[in-house]
Amino acid sequence: MQFFLQQFINGITLGGVYALIALGYTMVYGIIQLINFAHGEFFAAGGYLGVILLTWLAAQGLPPVICIALALVLAMIYCAVLAMCVEKVAYKPLRQSPRLSVLLSALGMSIFLQNGLMLTQGVYDRAYPTAMTSGGFEVGGILVSYMQIFIVAITAILLLGLNALVFRTRIGKAMRATAQDKTMSALVGINASHIISLTFAIGAGLAAAAGIMVGFYYGSINYSMGFVPGIKAFSAAVLGGIGNITGAMLGGFIIGMVEIFAAGYISSEYKDVFAFIILILVLYFMPTGIMGENVDDTRV
Amino acid sequence: MTTSTSATASAAPPTPILELRGVCASYGRIEALRNLTLALYPGEIVSIIGANGAGKSTTLMTICNIVKATAGDIFYQGQRINGLSPDLLPPMGLCQVPEGRRIFPRLTVRENLEMGAFFRKDQDKIVFDMEEVFGLFPRLRERAGQAGGTLSGGEQQMLAIGRAIMSRPKVLLLDEPSLGLAPLVVAQIFEIIKEINRKDETTILLVEQNANLALRTASRGYVLETGQMVLEDEAGALLANPDIRKAYLGE
Repeated sequence: MQFFLQQFINGITLGGVYALIALGYTMVYGIIQLINFAHGEFFAAGGYLGVILLTWLAAQGLPPVICIALALVLAMIYCAVLAMCVEKVAYKPLRQSPRLSVLLSALGMSIFLQNGLMLTQGVYDRAYPTAMTSGGFEVGGILVSYMQIFIVAITAILLLGLNALVFRTRIGKAMRATAQDKTMSALVGINASHIISLTFAIGAGLAAAAGIMVGFYYGSINYSMGFVPGIKAFSAAVLGGIGNITGAMLGGFIIGMVEIFAAGYISSEYKDVFAFIILILVLYFMPTGIMGENVDDTRV
Repeated sequence: MTTSTSATASAAPPTPILELRGVCASYGRIEALRNLTLALYPGEIVSIIGANGAGKSTTLMTICNIVKATAGDIFYQGQRINGLSPDLLPPMGLCQVPEGRRIFPRLTVRENLEMGAFFRKDQDKIVFDMEEVFGLFPRLRERAGQAGGTLSGGEQQMLAIGRAIMSRPKVLLLDEPSLGLAPLVVAQIFEIIKEINRKDETTILLVEQNANLALRTASRGYVLETGQMVLEDEAGALLANPDIRKAYLGE
């Protein structure tokens, strides 16, 4: 039981990270029906900018909490701007093109960004200043680290914030309106280009936050770190029903849980396999996902 | 009766609020509109009638630049609006209720109405206008928290018109508001259309397949055939025109 609870807490931690990345996939898909293969690279860029900022800020003698908060916010802003540029350069000119063209453009962008990261940051793993979040406490034999609390708290804040933005604010409603009917949203005065740009920015910002969390979680990052978590988060988005925001959050937590429990009870060697088994099973038996009422071709 | 309607129309101000001059549009190689000319004067209801595929909806979509005009000029309040991004038009007072209503299906009724006022900054007046829409369509108030896609056809048409009212348009383009609705609901919708025209002096361009209804609502009418305007006259004169009666009024 103790072991189960321990794994459960680990699962929530990792699941939150996947949920944050999955949101970017699902939001972009919801609005322009594109699987943004470059999305994982924003996650990697966030991880790198995080470690660069953390190191620099810590060297200025700032307390860890301030360092982390600043690094998080700045990395999110940086990736949001990066994503808006990527959208402008690689996707916007292809707005009227077949979907496959945009998909290929996304693949190209992914390779470009990943190699850019490799050239500027090197091929070796980069250590994260894990000392900042070291320590923890025990509750009934279950070890909860400050790092996990940090990840779960930030994830919760971001997920709640996103929910409030999308479902409560004027601009969030405009995002949903644009996703549902672009022509009609133009006819009520919504500028689709702005909304699409904003969607990319939000998705990449969340991915950047996830990148920093993964840095703390595993203790190091790598230029190619965007690939596997990216595909797992994509699986999470598909599992939840692609295009559906709540579904992506749910899917992220499920994939995180499954991976942790599979690693704990079956084999940690094969932990990566399970996300993909889920992806295949979902695509085969339930292609619309858990909350997949959004997936139909009737919407424009 | 015919002469009295023509007298009121000729007294209309001489500058059109919306004018199309020689407008052409096409879908690929298929010409949809050919040399279309049309004028709409402030405060009037004008109807475009025509058969399926005559280009009625295309006309409205071309005015809003959803379909690009390949030739000709479109003027709104004296300004040439060809090539203006469609989302700039509602803030200028030019709004459309497109064919098939196009309610945002997964936004609630209230959110759909809020989207009609998306570009507006006058929060207190928006609240006031929302109350007015709920006053016109009490059914919408009952269903305010319900997703737009779950409404019946008639309720969706009410919502589409309500959403347009939220934009406080000067010119309202209405595409087939009667389509697929029960006669009683159609009568109700058309009462509201006339009310909007009377109360807010909103100029209305009404596209309808139901020519009889359209011409009884409008003061003037245009007849569109395969992308060309073949006839323009007072609504009463068109209703009396034997050719029109035969072709569009089922005689």
